[in-house]
Amino acid sequence: MSQYSWPDPATQPLLGKKILRIDGPSKSSGRAKYTYDYNPDGLLAGKIVRCPYAHARITSIDTSAAEKMPGVKAIEIVQKPGTEIFWAGDEIVGVAAVDEGTAEDAVRAIKVGYEVLPHFVSDAEPPKNLAPDTGPISQDDFESMEDNQVPDDEAIAILKKQGVSFTADEKWYKSMEGEGTDPKVIAALRAAKVLPPSESKSPYKRTATQKQGDPDKAFASAAATHEGVYGVPCIVHCCMESHGSASEWGGSNDLTVHISTQNLSGIAAQMAEPLNTPAANIRVLQQNIGGGFGSKFAADRWDIVAAKLSKSAGGKPVKMMLTREEEFEVAGMRPSAYARVKLAADKSGKLVAWQSNSWGTGGMGGGGTPPIPYIFDVPNQRKQHTAVATNQGSARAWRAPNHPQAALITMAAFEDLAAQLKMDPVDMLRANMDILGPRAKTYAEELEIAEQLMGWKQNWHPRGDKTAGPVKRGLGLSIHTWGGRGHNSDQDLSIHPDGSVDLKVGSQDLGTGTRTIIAMVIADTLGIPLEQVTVHIGDNRYPPSGGSGGSTTVGGVSSAARRGAVDARDMLLEKVAPALKAKPEELEVANGVVRVKTDPSRSLSWKDACAKIGAVPLTVRGKNPDKSKPPDLTNSGVGGVQMADVSVDAETGIVRVNKMVAVQDCGLVVNVETAESQVKGALIMGISYALYEEKILDPVTGRVLNPNLEFYRLAGLNDVGELVVHMMTGKGYDDRGVIGLAEPPVVSPGAAISNAVANAIGVRVPFLPLTPARVIDALEQGGVA
Amino acid sequence: MADDRPRKPEDNSGVTRRDFMKVSAVGVAVPVVLGSVMDAAAEEVPIQGPGKVPITLQVNGKKLSAQLEPRVTLLDALRDNFDLTGAKRVCDRGACGACTVLMDGKPVYACAILAIDAQGRMITTIEALAEGDSLSPVMQAFVAHDAQQCGFCTPGFIVTTTNFLQKQPAPTAEEIRHGLSGNFCRCGTYDGIRAVALAHAGGKQS
Ligand code: FES
Ligand code: FES
Repeated sequence: MSQYSWPDPATQPLLGKKILRIDGPSKSSGRAKYTYDYNPDGLLAGKIVRCPYAHARITSIDTSAAEKMPGVKAIEIVQKPGTEIFWAGDEIVGVAAVDEGTAEDAVRAIKVGYEVLPHFVSDAEPPKNLAPDTGPISQDDFESMEDNQVPDDEAIAILKKQGVSFTADEKWYKSMEGEGTDPKVIAALRAAKVLPPSESKSPYKRTATQKQGDPDKAFASAAATHEGVYGVPCIVHCCMESHGSASEWGGSNDLTVHISTQNLSGIAAQMAEPLNTPAANIRVLQQNIGGGFGSKFAADRWDIVAAKLSKSAGGKPVKMMLTREEEFEVAGMRPSAYARVKLAADKSGKLVAWQSNSWGTGGMGGGGTPPIPYIFDVPNQRKQHTAVATNQGSARAWRAPNHPQAALITMAAFEDLAAQLKMDPVDMLRANMDILGPRAKTYAEELEIAEQLMGWKQNWHPRGDKTAGPVKRGLGLSIHTWGGRGHNSDQDLSIHPDGSVDLKVGSQDLGTGTRTIIAMVIADTLGIPLEQVTVHIGDNRYPPSGGSGGSTTVGGVSSAARRGAVDARDMLLEKVAPALKAKPEELEVANGVVRVKTDPSRSLSWKDACAKIGAVPLTVRGKNPDKSKPPDLTNSGVGGVQMADVSVDAETGIVRVNKMVAVQDCGLVVNVETAESQVKGALIMGISYALYEEKILDPVTGRVLNPNLEFYRLAGLNDVGELVVHMMTGKGYDDRGVIGLAEPPVVSPGAAISNAVANAIGVRVPFLPLTPARVIDALEQGGVA
Repeated sequence: MADDRPRKPEDNSGVTRRDFMKVSAVGVAVPVVLGSVMDAAAEEVPIQGPGKVPITLQVNGKKLSAQLEPRVTLLDALRDNFDLTGAKRVCDRGACGACTVLMDGKPVYACAILAIDAQGRMITTIEALAEGDSLSPVMQAFVAHDAQQCGFCTPGFIVTTTNFLQKQPAPTAEEIRHGLSGNFCRCGTYDGIRAVALAHAGGKQS
């Protein structure tokens, strides 16, 4: 029986080491091609007429002037007169023309009439005493629940209790399953009673109050209770490469799509129905992607429009890449979340009661419910959430959906309570280890390391930096968790008779190092150098692999690569055994040779060994999961601790992050280099949303006021202090298998930085981003200045 | 914003797209008091466009010609007409640096310059910084310090960093912070990029 289990990294040349990404040179040289760079002869430019109103009904569409313009090759009505439009920027008409300028002129020449309807874009606190919504779940509600990763149990309970207002066809169920909806949830959906849709016109949807234990009694007898309001606004993914694709039709109704996607193997199935073309005829390609962060799983409406335009233009390629402004209006955002929190502890600092009234928006779908209290299983709880429907483009998964919001709300309340108890939050966290769930031991170990790396003991002070001068310094803390189990992955590994090795998988590399990780696992397993392995990704003619979301890729692709490589190696050993006059199980591969374990002098070079394969390559299919080839090589559930050190100028309100410490677990770390890079990237993204990012909607027009990179600020190199990353490895970690890493480290920075600012200035700035104006406002309520 | 840096009107083709928009908002016929444009108007340059006009650019040591509308930016001309796609289009309005190229040896945002105005200037793109098939030292350093993830911002950063390190071969941490803050990276590779510049300075930390 082949041994599939992960070897001890200490015995492997590559596993668990710092290995540079294999696609680094192509990116550095500027030669790496992205969807945006696809530039064939005869390419037509696609553009879209978008609704300028946040809520309206289309009354008329007149494309006649545009049709007559020279250079305009196709026009496609996306939404017909009579259709109600729910957010500014929604697609109305698509145009393809010989170049972008002409397409833009055509867009301007198309006249669309609207009946403007009242809009609502405020995610301010909902009115008190709203009755809970118990109406049936609509299809949109459900999809947004899934997009926001509402926990399966919660989703099932809601479906059971409230029923649904729609009947879906099999295709839709399939597509939901394809996008990762749990079969149990699908079953609950099928079993749910179908009811007429609720008539309510209110933008607010309040859940029923959830209760656990006896919160009233616990609050009454607590040693300290803190009440506060905290929150995080809507923010935008801001992938450097905007969303979009290029489509072209070939002779026998074949479609080729170049698309910027996190979900290469899932795109054809999504395009098949709207284009009325078998998925088997749709070829999907992508070598590189300029960022996704959760916003690029779907074949979007503009992608479908591009394909339709191409068809009308006789199959010519049509490229449709969103402009930066379009990105901000329609290509996804992270939902906002706010909460009034009441939190109580006993005198040892142990949390005894939690109460929260939370709300937030994710566009018309309302947004997800943040999992609060985050991580802490507070014994007595009462909580209730209100989803606010707003007229703006829908939320999409944003790196660790709902967790950063939940961490901010929970950890800010936690440190405020610690300050009230005059406790060091690190000590108070230690006092709560037994309610930190399955990863408690991880947090305990990480906390100690983080404390050292930050110099917490020497540098932490009680709330409010009392030193003279306007610049106040403070430290803050947060913890986080995530699942990260590896997704399904099928891969074809070939060892060629000349000794070269290649692997084909319908996956994508988001810049996380997916290609490199696959090559490392294969090279180690076959005992050959990394350079000898070629990894082919980015084509849906390769075996399918899951979408890269929810930190599922590394576990999926590495497990499948390991199984395939072990099988291929063992098949090779069988072919080579007679030549070495040994049994296959007496052989091993290492350092580019096949040799007898007990007598390494009896060996064949890798090349000579591969010559025994025969005339055609030896090809095997590696899979994840694969119950027939145990053990499970991936796992779920990680913990991380982060600490921030900030300086706040109490006169200007400017916050600077001096240092961030991230101590992170992700099971067996395949590549320490790219893992650390990814954690650093998450810290930087965290600094960015903690200090700068906010999607601002104009209440008068309902439009985004800062749909560009001048007024929607991202962190630059100058805004980032020292970053210290420590990956947990060794016993208790390596043996858990490979677990994903993209989401967890982006969860804590907002909370840790907010806590550090409170520690510095002695007063809480309740909402992110921690802009100078907000800091000054908070200081006016008290604090050290 | 970097876009608002004062620009010296060095010669009469220094009109940025932003200047251009300011001008066209007022109307082409109205004389505008705006250094470079004023000069151009005074010399009675024939009105170009709005249709296509022949445009010749000096790019990476080669003369490249195309029929382009005067509204086409240098970035779009490079990418769409000459298939030099290393410079990326991200914000398309001078805020992010992903489109950075060198113009007469100085880094500029190619999205903020009209192709017609870049004529007669020496344009260098990322494609010319690699030495044949081998990477330039700065490119190698980006690989070695893993200063790239998705890589979409990387060409812009490499052009900027290459130029910065030519001017300041041994920058301090402070100089690096200022010299390399005109580009954005969403994946968060700044730590690696700082390491590239610091290593160039011989690891000198300040
Ligand atoms: S694309 Fe030119 S600066 Fe952003
Ligand atoms: S590496 Fe992705 S934007 Fe910089």
